[in-house]
Amino acid sequence: MSSFKFSRDVLLAFALVALVALVYTRFPEFASVKSLSGVFNDTSILIILALGQMAVILTRCIDLSMASNLALVGMCTAMLNAAIPALPIPLLVVIAMLLGALLGCINGLLVWKLDIPPIVVTLGTLTIFRGIIFLISDGQWVNAHEMSPAFKALPRAHFLGLPVLSWFAIVSILGMFVLLTRTAQGRALYAVGGHPNAAVYTGINVGRTRFNAFVLSGALSGVAGYLWVSRYAVAYVDIAAGFELDVVAACVIGGISIAGGIGSVAGAVLGALFLGVIKNALPVVNISPFWQQAISGSAIIIAVIFNARSERRVGRIILKKAEQV
Amino acid sequence: MKKLTTLLTAGLLGGAMAISPAHADDMRIALVVKALGIGFFEAAAKGAEEAAAELGGVEIIYTGPTDTTAEGQIEVINSLIAQKVDAIAISANDQDALVPALKKAMNRGITVISWDSGVAPEGRQMHLNPSSNPLIGNMIVKMAADHLPDGGDVAVLSASATATNQNIWIEEMNKVVGNYEGINVVATVYGDDLSDKSYREAQGLMSSHPDLKAIIAPTSVGIVAAAQAVSDAGKAGEILVTGLGLPSEMAAHVDSGASKSFAIWNPIDLGYAATMISYNLAKGEATAAAGGEIGMGRLGAVQLSDSLDGAMADPFVYDASNINDFKEIF
Repeated sequence: MSSFKFSRDVLLAFALVALVALVYTRFPEFASVKSLSGVFNDTSILIILALGQMAVILTRCIDLSMASNLALVGMCTAMLNAAIPALPIPLLVVIAMLLGALLGCINGLLVWKLDIPPIVVTLGTLTIFRGIIFLISDGQWVNAHEMSPAFKALPRAHFLGLPVLSWFAIVSILGMFVLLTRTAQGRALYAVGGHPNAAVYTGINVGRTRFNAFVLSGALSGVAGYLWVSRYAVAYVDIAAGFELDVVAACVIGGISIAGGIGSVAGAVLGALFLGVIKNALPVVNISPFWQQAISGSAIIIAVIFNARSERRVGRIILKKAEQV
Repeated sequence: MKKLTTLLTAGLLGGAMAISPAHADDMRIALVVKALGIGFFEAAAKGAEEAAAELGGVEIIYTGPTDTTAEGQIEVINSLIAQKVDAIAISANDQDALVPALKKAMNRGITVISWDSGVAPEGRQMHLNPSSNPLIGNMIVKMAADHLPDGGDVAVLSASATATNQNIWIEEMNKVVGNYEGINVVATVYGDDLSDKSYREAQGLMSSHPDLKAIIAPTSVGIVAAAQAVSDAGKAGEILVTGLGLPSEMAAHVDSGASKSFAIWNPIDLGYAATMISYNLAKGEATAAAGGEIGMGRLGAVQLSDSLDGAMADPFVYDASNINDFKEIF
């Protein structure tokens, strides 16, 4: 059982290496350490979002509002920075996280208390959050010269050889790993998605667990919102439009089952990196823009086919002890 | 706050004029904009005032609805008809919905032209475009060539591969690129007007074309993302970013040296030209006829096409010398 999961992630890691090797044959410079760390840095935001999405998907839900949440929080932090440049940036990051968590709360409460299907709730909030950005910004951009230098410098600053943006992703990965493998809350996420009824019998509050997952994905989206806006040094209504689909795609490629209960941190990270490598490789291998979309799409379908086949073979046992009895 | 004051002043002026009409011999030209309080149009009003001062005996009524709706503009037009202005120069919120109201104005002997955003031909005497596709295509490559005396490789970062205006501008650019010696267009890539994709495409251009000297992005999301990618790669000043963008969006990147110059319409010139044309038409010094010319003061003359529209000028070039004056405007 655990050997299967291990091999699936390893398989994806091999696919990733093969992909890099393929790009290497067309454009050798791509495989340099500098270029690959650039790819990781560029994929950091996607990794952070994919980790949040994974927590939600594990509980048999989905959060389609992540990119809108990111854009709304990004706009708020940019406007806040433009209005009060003296506000320390670490405090701004905390505000972004709280604001994102608050938006996640809205999703979570609607799913938990009103029992509305998550896809409907988050489709709704996806549009609502975008609408709010328009309302607060009046359709205007927040431009680079209105942001304080410190606001733009943080994700670019280097710490132990890596940009801070990459460190945000690394810390999220470690935090998520500890949460999922070392805490009761993490096991609850798997249990709720694996078999909601059984989870209730073990004393897990299914609604509350889902709520927590939405708050977590919201908080990560919020942080990603600040990172996005400062990385590209511009905030406007349409930032990250459609990015929620990339996030779901990263999870699916990473072997996280849309049916809930199956998935690992390594899978989510590898899935995001897989997409990240494709996104960064396509511009340098000189492929028609019309083919680019088809290639990204095919990668997703192939991953889903693979997942569907492997899920059919192996079920997931959530309570090993109970079964042995 | 400054905007508010300007608005209030404009409102007061408009009100004062409605109550006590100015000298009978004064010509009154109404500059109707999409909505009040937009920096771009406030700048156009500044240009209109400049033209009025130059002409003498002209009063500018700068007006428009409070939000960008056709209904609001129709109300404004009706009140201008009631005030018996001599000319209306409008930037339309809807190309068809305003036609009946503007026809009514023309029937009362009011000169009507559209500028910036046009009205259907039956609702105006002529339309003034800020520029034209061939002029834009030429300007984007000229800006790169001007900073590359020895020539070099340049690449284009567009919006989506199916964006009509982008494709026309790039096509026009490729037609004239031969006039710029040594300039070599090595690639055209598409950022889909998404910050992240444009940023990656710009990074891709830099790594796959080590001799790249300039990135031309005729799209506002693209030019900002390309400038950011170039500065982040530490190549500001080495690789030039140019194209079409707004001064407010590009100010920081001109400061950082990633972009030396870029172009877009000059709203002051546009307001100035619209006023000059309105004056000449209303005075009867020119008529709007296909193939005809109408004077625009210091900007020369506009040549009218068969559909009675014309292009004002080359896109206006913004650089370190003027960006600070314009970044607060639009």
